[in-house]
Amino acid sequence: MAETKQSELYGLMAEFDGPEQLIEASRKAYEAGFRQMDAYTPFPVEGLPEAVGFKESKLPLIVLIGALVGGTLGFAMQYFASVIHYPLNIGGRPLNSWPSFLPITFEMTILVAAFSAVLGMFALNGLPQPYHPVFNVPRFALASRDRFFLCIESEDEKFDPEETKKFLESLQPRDVFEVDP
Amino acid sequence: MEDLEAIKPELNRIQQRALIIGVLGLALAGAGAFVSPQQFFRSYLFGYLFWIGLALGSLVILGLHHLVSGGWGFVIQRILEAASRTIPVLAVLFLPIFFGMSDLYIWARPDVVAADEILQHKSAYLNIPFFWIRAAGYFAVWSGFIYFLNKWSVEQDRTGDASLSDRLERIGGPSILFYVITMTLASTDWVMSLDPHWFSTIFGFIFVIGQVVLTMAFAALVLSKLAQYKPISDVIERKHFHDLGNLMLAFISLWAYVNVSQFLIIWSGNLPEEIPWYIHRMQGGWGILSVFVVVFHFLVPFVLLLMRRNKRRANVLAKIAVGVILVRFFDLYWIIAPNFYPHGIHVHWLDVVTPIGLGGIWVAAFIWQLKGRALLPVNDPRLQEAFAHE
Repeated sequence: MAETKQSELYGLMAEFDGPEQLIEASRKAYEAGFRQMDAYTPFPVEGLPEAVGFKESKLPLIVLIGALVGGTLGFAMQYFASVIHYPLNIGGRPLNSWPSFLPITFEMTILVAAFSAVLGMFALNGLPQPYHPVFNVPRFALASRDRFFLCIESEDEKFDPEETKKFLESLQPRDVFEVDP
Repeated sequence: MEDLEAIKPELNRIQQRALIIGVLGLALAGAGAFVSPQQFFRSYLFGYLFWIGLALGSLVILGLHHLVSGGWGFVIQRILEAASRTIPVLAVLFLPIFFGMSDLYIWARPDVVAADEILQHKSAYLNIPFFWIRAAGYFAVWSGFIYFLNKWSVEQDRTGDASLSDRLERIGGPSILFYVITMTLASTDWVMSLDPHWFSTIFGFIFVIGQVVLTMAFAALVLSKLAQYKPISDVIERKHFHDLGNLMLAFISLWAYVNVSQFLIIWSGNLPEEIPWYIHRMQGGWGILSVFVVVFHFLVPFVLLLMRRNKRRANVLAKIAVGVILVRFFDLYWIIAPNFYPHGIHVHWLDVVTPIGLGGIWVAAFIWQLKGRALLPVNDPRLQEAFAHE
């Protein structure tokens, strides 16, 4: 059932004039029980992620794991080099001179954490994505200029081509479009 | 001013208690001064440097706030201004050091200098008259910036003149610059010269960051209390506490960064004129304090402040702030006390009583200043802008 729906339509998209209307509409859509939806704006809008039901990003956890892995790798790399593989006496210091390992450990922590942040962000957003159905709506190009869009996807359990369209129209958008898959 | 009425009884009560604690504490410390003058001055210097950190930290965070003018700055601006206006009290409280010069600083003892060639070379800088001329200079610079930062801010409350914001913005940068320079020199004079053979160029900056960490925590703590009352309750949002928590996290990380920088360079160099400073702090019980400071001044608050939900709840952030304020005492003691007792950990009852006494006086002066003005700079055009964007 869901598959046939999907093959017909990716979803329904409503166009709004301003961020306030979009937040209000998103909130109402969430209250009406819609979950599979997304909002598109030309700039970040405070409160919008919460309005479309975005709870908490997994990104901080990914970055933390990246940081711990990076720090461990950084320290281990130096430990193996100067204690196990090439033990050299440098000015009588102990082989495991941990204070002098700190800068590299720190830098590796930051490096791997930063990579985890960027790559994790890409992965969680499903990027890179060469094709996305929302661009099938010609007016969607305005989402990077001065219009605000809310798209309810057909994957949503409550989605119904007729009912959902009526619901979106009740939110007083400028227009409602059908999004081809 | 009417909106302040709701908090006034509460503030009066705290002020009264602080004053009683201050007077009792200093009376006890004064009695201690007769028993052991040397110990009194050592404890006094420690306590004094803790409390002046709040006034000077407020100066530099005010400067930063006027440079960037975010919402977090406007909700704590009046707290910082009140704390900075305690500088005349602190200037007076600095004077007793005069009578303890030879008890505190070995370079002030002629017999020690006569037997020490290095101190003879340093005596062009490290001598009593020049020490006091410099101290007067530091207080003049600090008071000057504090005077104008406060004057223009309160003038705007009265007149609503928008151009005063520009002036405050222009003085923000210089106030940070001159504070860092004078505090570097002041910490060299007042603290680093306790061990006159030892030197570290980043030492002043470690002091600066310590004061900023302390003040950030103090401002977050006071704000969490004031936020329950008008007028702050009208504008306060979780986001503001989140920002303050983030700044605390950033400054605590910076504190760790500069401390590791100093340690790493001295440890790597391993030179006879530098390394004793750390050797003293790693043996005879001081080592335990070193580990304590690393764990509770960095690791614990770092992990707690990484978590978003801890920063967004005022009461949780306030508890973390209390912890940070307390651990600042330990860090400062770790810097100062081993200079006097290099061979083993040493805590005198005056080390507890004197800082508490000075703190009572300081808190009373702070509340007295806090009550005198509106709690928000309502006529600052940047304020509306800052709150509108949130």
